[in-house]
Amino acid sequence: MITLLLIFFPLAAALMLLFTKGEQVKKIALGATIVEFAIAMFAVTQYQFGNTTQFEVSCNWVSSLGINFHVGMDGISLLMVLLTTFLVPVIILTSFNKDYRNPSRFYSLVLAMQFALVGVFVSLDGFLFYIFWELALIPIYFICLLWGAENRAKITFKFFVYTLSGSLMMLGALIYLYLQTEGAHSFNIAALYKAGQSLDAVHQGYVFWAIFIAFAIKMPIFPFHTWQPDTYTVAPAQGTMLLAGIMLKMGTYGVIRWLLPVVPLGVVHWSNVAITLSVIGIVYASCIAIVQKDFKRLIAYSSIAHVGLISAGILACNVQGVQGGVIQMISHGVNVVGLFFIVDIIQKRYGTRDISILGGIRNLNPQFAVLFLMILLGSVALPLTNGFVGEFLLLNGVFQFNAWTAAFAGLSVILGAVYMLRSYQSIMLGETNEITGSFEPLSTSEKTVLVILCAAVIGFGVYPKPLLDIAEPSVVKLVDGVRLAMGK
Amino acid sequence: MKALILLSSLGVISLLAELFSFKKLLYPLVLLGLIATFIFNIGDWNAVNNTYYKMLQFDNYAIAFSSVIIVIAFLWFLMAEGFFKEETNLTDHYSLVLFALVGAVILVSYTNMAMLFLGIEILSIPMYILVGSSKNDLSSNEASFKYLIMGAFATGFLLFGIALIYGATGSFDLSEIKTAISVSGSYSQIFYVGMLLMLIGLSFKVSAVPFHFWAPDVYEGAPTVITAFMATIVKLAAFAAFLRLFDVTFFRVYTSWMNVVWMLAALTMLVGNITAVFQTRIKRMLAYSSVAHAGYMLLALLAMNNYSNSAILFYGTAYSIGSIATFTIVSIIAEARGDDGIHSFNGLGKSNPMLAVVMTIALLSLAGIPPTAGFFAKYYIFTSSFMAGNVWLVFVAIIASLIGVYYYFRIIIAMYFKEGAHEHISLEMTHKLLLIVITVAIIALGICPDFIIKLL
Repeated sequence: MITLLLIFFPLAAALMLLFTKGEQVKKIALGATIVEFAIAMFAVTQYQFGNTTQFEVSCNWVSSLGINFHVGMDGISLLMVLLTTFLVPVIILTSFNKDYRNPSRFYSLVLAMQFALVGVFVSLDGFLFYIFWELALIPIYFICLLWGAENRAKITFKFFVYTLSGSLMMLGALIYLYLQTEGAHSFNIAALYKAGQSLDAVHQGYVFWAIFIAFAIKMPIFPFHTWQPDTYTVAPAQGTMLLAGIMLKMGTYGVIRWLLPVVPLGVVHWSNVAITLSVIGIVYASCIAIVQKDFKRLIAYSSIAHVGLISAGILACNVQGVQGGVIQMISHGVNVVGLFFIVDIIQKRYGTRDISILGGIRNLNPQFAVLFLMILLGSVALPLTNGFVGEFLLLNGVFQFNAWTAAFAGLSVILGAVYMLRSYQSIMLGETNEITGSFEPLSTSEKTVLVILCAAVIGFGVYPKPLLDIAEPSVVKLVDGVRLAMGK
Repeated sequence: MKALILLSSLGVISLLAELFSFKKLLYPLVLLGLIATFIFNIGDWNAVNNTYYKMLQFDNYAIAFSSVIIVIAFLWFLMAEGFFKEETNLTDHYSLVLFALVGAVILVSYTNMAMLFLGIEILSIPMYILVGSSKNDLSSNEASFKYLIMGAFATGFLLFGIALIYGATGSFDLSEIKTAISVSGSYSQIFYVGMLLMLIGLSFKVSAVPFHFWAPDVYEGAPTVITAFMATIVKLAAFAAFLRLFDVTFFRVYTSWMNVVWMLAALTMLVGNITAVFQTRIKRMLAYSSVAHAGYMLLALLAMNNYSNSAILFYGTAYSIGSIATFTIVSIIAEARGDDGIHSFNGLGKSNPMLAVVMTIALLSLAGIPPTAGFFAKYYIFTSSFMAGNVWLVFVAIIASLIGVYYYFRIIIAMYFKEGAHEHISLEMTHKLLLIVITVAIIALGICPDFIIKLL
């Protein structure tokens, strides 16, 4: 029941917002998403720690085709839902310092997006998963198209077609698996697992690529990343946060839930290639990030690097890797939203985000400098920040897979420190110049967001146990199942 | 059968309207008549005694298709209110449309080649006239003439095919033909030639590539409401006839026509979608998109499994309601802005937000994006093809769908992104009602497709 509430409450709120006018819209949207977060927190209190799927709801949907409306949450899904429901109100709060045209449409699309995202994370039916997966694309496309920067039509369209082509390949693979299910065909996740695992290695390989490319485009993994920097750059600040903070996790979550257990032999055969691509992405994106002048673009590339590590860790398919992936998805969500918000704050004040011409902001507002530094340190995975926990586990996982791969993946930490600290130095330190003459003090909403995010960065860095406790049993169960099917 | 009688009587009554001068009442009368037809039609669901002189058979297949056709026709009448108001000779237009519907109902229920031919002719001849119904518009006249000439050729092929099959099997009756070809192990060459000729004739009617060349010109030249009629009802009826002939009657010899239809389907999807990309006028673009959609339906026809019938029924329904919506909006825009180029949609998102939203939903449905009816229709067709082992064709269809997204989104981008200093367009009541009904239907069919696919 609580799962249904989590899915449909944002949809109801989105529809209600469409018919609301004026200044209230922002506040209603914020209120609705906070209620949603409260529902998610309530779900956590009701959650029985363990490896079972809970809050399950299953009812017939298209009964003649074996499609069910089947949702439920295990530890991994619960964490993803928590991340979504935590970030969306934060993202809405970040928009309090600006006025969008047609606010009712804007916030309604954001909430529609939340509806689809929660749906993706709790679906236990292949068809339902696909519907939510595609559904998430439509609001974000319109958010970028209607409120984005110059030249957005072409770039957002490229994004749309890119993701859609990946999705259609996944649809093909899902239909193929569906037709392999025994008896009356079914899209039930257990039936699909069984069908996938009963295929021979070659066919599992085909299915692996069809599904992996869909997820790789969403994350994005090198060489499917070309849509990402442009789209992140032209999207409005909140759109970028949704894309990087939550939507990206659809891909990594997809690998955990809909790839590893479905085609374990395919993973055995092809994870070398897929992990190599991920690691190439890490090094490549980090190198490009180092030479970026545009701070927003720099963070976009850093996001490719981070997600490459997450993907490599998950594909290594051991408990540490997957566990690290889950934790890092949450940390990355928090950190990247914070970084994009900092970009937004700077851009709003100076009209530019060019690293080379900014400087000395710390002298003007030390408070902002400290908050920025905390989020940045989380992003470069300093111990005692949230980033460290995830990256440590991920590197551990990749190391078990292959030491050399881990060595290259480890570069992400070093290179990340290089470009992040350099941009911090260039933007915040040094002398104030004529462009950064004065810094308008942080508004209450801006301060609130930064403080919440910093609290999350430090809080989960020092005490990550609650997250690990929720994730671990489910991860162990999933990985054990996969490794058993792999014959390891 | 009741549907057929009711529709014919409605057609005759509308001819009499001129004589007894109750023209004004005719529009509501026809709408009521269609509702009555629909009710009587579904009253025959699961009827036992459903064969009429071995000519027509109103089994569930026929009733499902004819009910959908009647519903689409009802929506079409809502769309075409203006068409009947403005023209001077209004009653013959009513009767022509109604007789075309009679032809469509025959096409979904025939069990005899003679009825197939009659159905196609009864459907086509009113269409030749209606296409040319903007009498002072040269392109409408040209379209009508072109359609007539090409249609006559196609009918010739069809008739020749029927004759040859009669020669080979000695019967016009579908069930007898079916028995004849399953009894004799080897069939005379005439039979295959006849089958091929019939395939060509029907491909022309559903505008499958390479028999589609008439479609863009005719669709563009005809008054927009008539284009909508051709793109939806005519196509759906022709597909029902196609399916009945090939998947049922010629099933036994499917190896001999399968490869041809395979090529037709692949070409239709690719050529239709690729050519649509290069169009600048929306009506022409939708004409090519309509060609492309015929390709997807051929995919289901080729699957020849339990799902074929309901897949075509569902796809046809989803595609038809989407097309009615887009053509309605195109005609509204073309009338208000005097142009149907893609740029006339610029800035519609600002000037008419609701209209733009409906258009977006309809286009998303045509492009096959969830949660619309169009997505489920495509999904269903892909699944049935996959089951039949046509994996490569599904692959082609996926590529074609991606190309399709490109031109559908051009309109969406124009509406929301391009600047256009256009004023608000006010809508007629019937159009408002129609667009609301269609939007609800597109979403509802996308979310609960079960009640249509369970029919067949």
